Amino acid sequence: MAALFKAGKALGLCVSGCRSLSSLAELPEMHQMMRQTCRDYADRELGPIAGKLDKEHLFPAQQVRELGAMGVMAIEVPEALGGAGMDYLAYSLAVEEISRGCGSTGCVVSVNNSLYIGPILKFGTQKQKEQWITPFTTGEKVGCFALSEPGNGSDAGAASTLARQEGEEWVLNGTKAWITNSWDASATVIFATTDKSLKHKGISAFLVPMPHPGLSLGKKEDKLGIRATSTANLILEDCRIPLGNMLGSRGSGFKIAMQTLDSGRIGIASQALGIAQAALDCAADYAHKRTAFGAPIGKLQAVQFKLADMAVAVESARLLTWKAAMLKDAKKPFTKEAAMAKLAASEAATFCGHQSIQVLGGMGYVTDMPAERHYRDARITEIYEGTSEIQRLVIAGQLLKEYAS
Amino acid sequence: MSPASVFVCLSLTLLSDYPVIRVKPDNSGVVTDGVKHSMNPFCEIAVEEAVKLKEKKFIKEVVAVSCGPTQVTETIRTALAMGCDRGIHVEVSGKDYEAMGPLQIAKIFAALAKKEEASLVILGKQAIDDDCNQTGQMTAALLDWPQGTFASEVTIDGEKVKVVREIDGGLETIKISMPAVLTADLRLNTPRYATLPNIMKAKKKKIANMKPADLGVDMVSRVEVLRVDEPPTRLAGVKVETVDDLVAKLKANGTI
Repeated sequence: MAALFKAGKALGLCVSGCRSLSSLAELPEMHQMMRQTCRDYADRELGPIAGKLDKEHLFPAQQVRELGAMGVMAIEVPEALGGAGMDYLAYSLAVEEISRGCGSTGCVVSVNNSLYIGPILKFGTQKQKEQWITPFTTGEKVGCFALSEPGNGSDAGAASTLARQEGEEWVLNGTKAWITNSWDASATVIFATTDKSLKHKGISAFLVPMPHPGLSLGKKEDKLGIRATSTANLILEDCRIPLGNMLGSRGSGFKIAMQTLDSGRIGIASQALGIAQAALDCAADYAHKRTAFGAPIGKLQAVQFKLADMAVAVESARLLTWKAAMLKDAKKPFTKEAAMAKLAASEAATFCGHQSIQVLGGMGYVTDMPAERHYRDARITEIYEGTSEIQRLVIAGQLLKEYAS
Repeated sequence: MSPASVFVCLSLTLLSDYPVIRVKPDNSGVVTDGVKHSMNPFCEIAVEEAVKLKEKKFIKEVVAVSCGPTQVTETIRTALAMGCDRGIHVEVSGKDYEAMGPLQIAKIFAALAKKEEASLVILGKQAIDDDCNQTGQMTAALLDWPQGTFASEVTIDGEKVKVVREIDGGLETIKISMPAVLTADLRLNTPRYATLPNIMKAKKKKIANMKPADLGVDMVSRVEVLRVDEPPTRLAGVKVETVDDLVAKLKANGTI
């Protein structure tokens, strides 16, 4: 086992998986370098503009292109297809650092990597991968993932977007809601049912280019946070696509969606960690500088307890996230851990966002300081890609399975 | 005839935006334990220039070199991730490292450049922790090579290098023959971020290890640091109401 671990470490892999969490005291050198690169980029290029992107609802197109050139938009994609060829732990680190600079940009990176490229990488044919992944590795194009509908979010199995076959084409009809990246995407992975009577077993996944005849976008939602991303409805009215645009086999759409969300959860957990860390950094820095009652407020126990609680929340969520990523990289089951990571990280983000404003007092409430943006950005992480309530159901389901005799 | 190899000589410095640098209690130097170190910003610019020259096919190989303790290999690895082909780590640690100054470093770089038959040696103009601005110049002198320092633009023209230098009066353009030493100034270029695939590739690139003794360099310092002190604490200023008051006060304390 030790020899295998050493060999694995030499190759930069976390072969040991869940067994050697102690090895995480020091990440492999390659991961550290990659993390530092993303951190430098976030500090220098994203931090200074994040406030503007948020205020003006601007999609960070230039930054997405630069991140694409660095390989960050397609981290897990093999080099042969144009990606960085790294593992999910590297992806988690990258998303966290990017999100620390700008929560919206981190969201774009996560959605492109996990929700759009993820299912195509896993379930697509070689031809589909070349057509639908390679152009989306450079940052020139981003993709989106269309599962939720106005009538069902958590209840994904009740999809009512219909797909019927007509000759050599699929014809799609229906509406998808809350689609991140919608206005900036060049393609979507979309879920529709070919047979409502089969319930979730009738759902299939399809690849649709954007723009495309028969596919239109609803108005951009005016959101509380992650305002630099576009969120809107996708409206399908007799949208025609070739038969070859089905992703995976007929009826496997629900399975594809669930497996995609499992991995996506690690991405969102990482985004939440980045936002939480940014909130903690803001509060800790302020605690040094702001004086009250004759000393920096960091000397007051009330503030110290808050900072300590924030740090514990972030660090424990981070280790859960890394564990989930390492299990996935080791090709072990990771559904439970991914749900735990997403739950812990998103709740840590909202907690840190809230406490950070509290530490800053009045300054936390105004836009001069980033604390209020972190508070607003954090909130969505408890909702999308599976609400905290759904995560609890997933965890409990897995747990009870383990205890069933 | 394209020049064969370029040496980029790197320095590891205290992180530029670290909150507080403290003087050691015995005033012998600055506390470096536990302080984050990274590649000297001017050295990053030097690496970027070397890699750009290679991409434009003016040179075949870029070698990243640095002197210091084991920590320095991280810096070399970063340079490899930016596009250098191989690295050389000259190991200097402990008391030798604390006493190491521009002259010792220049001797090492000069010996290596000669040994490996480099056509160009590029360095950052100065390290941001000691601000010496001597290593490049000393290296050129030891090698008896021409030098283009404070470079804000570098163009290779056959066997010569055209260097635009930033000087107090403005910009000076010189043409020097290779082999030569260049030092990079701020506006030479904007260093790239290492791409993830290049970080992966950097893992496979070689970093050779050696000691100053292997190069016949004696590390004895001719400089003895007597004392390091913090700058005097800034005193509060005095507000005055009128210009006359200001002039009067300046006259009173002997400034004018």
